Amino acid sequence: MPVPEANEFFVDPSRCIGCNGCVQACTECDTHKGYSMIQLDYVDQANSPQTVPVVCMHCESPTCAEVCPADAIKRMEDGVVQTARKPRCIACNNCVLACPFGVPKMNTAMHLMMKCDMCYDRTSVGKKPMCASVCPSQALFFGTRGEIERLRPQSRPLNTFKFGAQIIKTKVNMMVPARSTVEHLDVVGALYEPTVGNQLEDSLSPNGIDIEEMESESGKP
Amino acid sequence: MATLPVSLDEVRQHFGPHLSRATGMRLDPGVTPDKVVKTHCCFCGQQCGIQLLVKDNEVIGFEPWMEFPFNQGKLCPKGIKRYLQGSHPDRLLHPYEHDPSAPGGFKPLPYKEAIARVASAIERIQSQHGPQGFGVLTGASLTVEKAYLMGKFARVCLKTPYIDYNGRLCMVSAAAANKKAFGVDRAANPWSDILGAEVVWISGANVAECAPITTDYVWQAREHGAKVIVVDPRLTPIARTCDLFLPVKPGRDTALFNGILYLMIEHDWLDHEFIRQHTVGFDDLAASVRDWTPKRTAEVTGIAERAIRQAAEWWGTAKTSFLMHARGIEHHSHGVENCLGAINIVLASGRIGREACGYATITGQANGQGGREHGQKCDQLPGARDIANPEHRAYIAKVWGINQEDLPGPGVDAYEMFRKIDRGEIIGLLSICFNPVVSLPDNNFVGRMLEKLEFYVAIDFFLNDSARYADVVLPGSLQEEDEGIVTTAEGRVIKINKAVECPGEAREDWRIIHDTAQALSRPRGFTFSNPREILDELRVASRSGIADYSGISYEKIERQDGVFWPCPADDHLGTVRLFEPESWNPVAQGKGPFYFPDGKAHFNVTAYRPPAEETSRDYPLMLTTGRVVSHFLSGTQTRRIGPLVDQCPDPFIEIHPQLAARIGLVDGDWGTAESRRGSCTLRVRVVKTIRPDTIFIPYHWPAEKSANQLTIAAQDPISKIPEYKVCAVRLKKAAAPPPTS
Repeated sequence: MPVPEANEFFVDPSRCIGCNGCVQACTECDTHKGYSMIQLDYVDQANSPQTVPVVCMHCESPTCAEVCPADAIKRMEDGVVQTARKPRCIACNNCVLACPFGVPKMNTAMHLMMKCDMCYDRTSVGKKPMCASVCPSQALFFGTRGEIERLRPQSRPLNTFKFGAQIIKTKVNMMVPARSTVEHLDVVGALYEPTVGNQLEDSLSPNGIDIEEMESESGKP
Repeated sequence: MATLPVSLDEVRQHFGPHLSRATGMRLDPGVTPDKVVKTHCCFCGQQCGIQLLVKDNEVIGFEPWMEFPFNQGKLCPKGIKRYLQGSHPDRLLHPYEHDPSAPGGFKPLPYKEAIARVASAIERIQSQHGPQGFGVLTGASLTVEKAYLMGKFARVCLKTPYIDYNGRLCMVSAAAANKKAFGVDRAANPWSDILGAEVVWISGANVAECAPITTDYVWQAREHGAKVIVVDPRLTPIARTCDLFLPVKPGRDTALFNGILYLMIEHDWLDHEFIRQHTVGFDDLAASVRDWTPKRTAEVTGIAERAIRQAAEWWGTAKTSFLMHARGIEHHSHGVENCLGAINIVLASGRIGREACGYATITGQANGQGGREHGQKCDQLPGARDIANPEHRAYIAKVWGINQEDLPGPGVDAYEMFRKIDRGEIIGLLSICFNPVVSLPDNNFVGRMLEKLEFYVAIDFFLNDSARYADVVLPGSLQEEDEGIVTTAEGRVIKINKAVECPGEAREDWRIIHDTAQALSRPRGFTFSNPREILDELRVASRSGIADYSGISYEKIERQDGVFWPCPADDHLGTVRLFEPESWNPVAQGKGPFYFPDGKAHFNVTAYRPPAEETSRDYPLMLTTGRVVSHFLSGTQTRRIGPLVDQCPDPFIEIHPQLAARIGLVDGDWGTAESRRGSCTLRVRVVKTIRPDTIFIPYHWPAEKSANQLTIAAQDPISKIPEYKVCAVRLKKAAAPPPTS
């Protein structure tokens, strides 16, 4: 197993200080030297220094792969979704447009979709991914669930997300406040036609879904 | 004559800054490095551990050093991209001489000839004007060995009192306050003490951008329940996630600390036992803050009274705490008082010298701590000894093998040296690791003074902005081209290891100094054959001093992941935390934990004084300056590293939307900030995270982009630190970008 099962990836935007260490370090990864697979965005710079690192969430059922007409995007056994395979990728941009997290990027010069492979070269030899190794504030953390529970008692990991009617479970966890419900601003309820995705639901949930309820919906406690 | 030989554009065309980016071996994942060198970052005072990957005498990349305890692999973007400073197109590979007819205004010169030229200029100036006609400016990014050597070079070889260093712009206020209050100048605690603190108080420190790794320590404390209080005119990234933000008006920190102490006394949030047993001066201090009611404190500091009361309550009632500050309270004409104010509330709480009870300044430069201990400061001798103290002088004179009478007395601070140039008292100058024309305040004056010098020699690895004025430029060494020790913000002495050899005719800085001493026919005391031998002499020179390094060796550093000073013997492990109740020090001799003869810490009365330049009708705003995360100091290195420049290509003027609306500016407009000393036109950035009466400009850029055209050369009377953090300015909309950019 390239990624030891014990270690997981956790993102905590509340810790992000916008230093770009992850973005800069990502360009140092052997599998895509010179290119960063991470974006760092200001949420609203005029009002807050809040920044958010956008890394691939490695979906269990990756939308990018599902919409790929060339079957170029593979999810490995360990759950890592890889960069498009060069011989197959037709640079159609479907994945770029479809990813609910906005992760894949088209390298137009190379006619290739490139994305985070969770530092396959590093994790396969027992190292942490480059970005999580260097992150000064540990907004990006790579370690076991036990470690994160011990280190971050005020937060808890969440890996189920809802985009309209689409429920997505990811390998990467997002840290959220320990005791809170997740607010879903769901425009779908006001649409004439429901959106399509990999999981269609007949009944739409109301806003303010309780996380436990949502997690049990997706089949995992 | 030390003038620019050709136009600035022409100098830049030949000597940069050009941008380096990863190419060739640095981009090829198939390349196996010849060696992996465990060392440290070349930039800030945290000195993160890093492993450099080396192939064919070139640093081709890095690998996080997960085992080094301070940062455990963590690095900010500067550390990540630092390797791009090596094999750089702008790297000086030969000495150069000023020559307006040469491309870029400088002609290569053979090394020996360059050294001879420098020696004869020194000889000429000193024979005409006396030894004190020649001055030396040094820096706190130099290793301890080099800092020690520069102090010795000035005093023993050049026999001049005029040496000072760029730490004058950085750590001296905290250093002076620490000496006044504790009798010793070192962070009292290791950073691990942040983790168990109930309250973390951060005054004037943009931790996330200037000391990024410290962020994780602060937030780890917060995860376990710590309240984080941030005092800053700007809501910086560390403040976004704090529990209480006090948006202090620039220059009013003393008032805030006095107001906090008033509330601590009013509510009896004091450690009476600690105050009685371990301190002196509390009653005088208590009487002096009697007028600092919350209302008055609020009026002076510009912070809501409710927030002041909340901060005092959290601070006053905590059982453990860590207070840290940085340049935000130190860069003031009353920087020492600001720091003493902070120390007063620490001592009144009794929370120091124990686990999770700490106090520290976050030192700014690589060797900010070690560089201020061993004699490159104008008033200091090695081991943090005092150059005016006869006993200290006698000891060092003996170590150096000279007569005490031949050891020069105290010199003057770096800025005063420029005033001496103005008065014709300093005629010649040698600088190393210092870029005064960018980093000193009111730098149009500084540029004129460099032009006034009869002879100026600069040692650097790039032709920095000041070196362009030089008659002779000598190619020194990058951090990775030499070895030596450095003392971090924690007081941890660590080892810089050599990764590559100096290219071309570049030399390790200490060799250049040796060769100059030889050429001057004054080689005595400058015959070391490597940094280890310099350290061996420094160990003797620092023995029994306050900053005692006599038990520190390269091997012990490697074995222990660093050694905290004082380390007075070979079998001593070092001193991780200062002021522990039963601790021994050479001044108190067991009478108490603090470095005074009675072993007690000193409270100091801190009368509030406003900034040197108050706002007025003509200059109604306050300017404050600081760093951004992707650049370092005067930018000599970081403005040459492509990915770091991409991250922040240009300085900007940060303003609040209320101010923007009043002036008619929108985000991205050109704005001109003007002070009584100069003006600067930059794009404005409109954010709600700064006080509406304050504007901010980062200072890393030269010439027309330099914030220090505006800043005031007012200095603290004790520490001589310049008041970078507040001066009066006005702001107006500009029609166009500045003429050259």
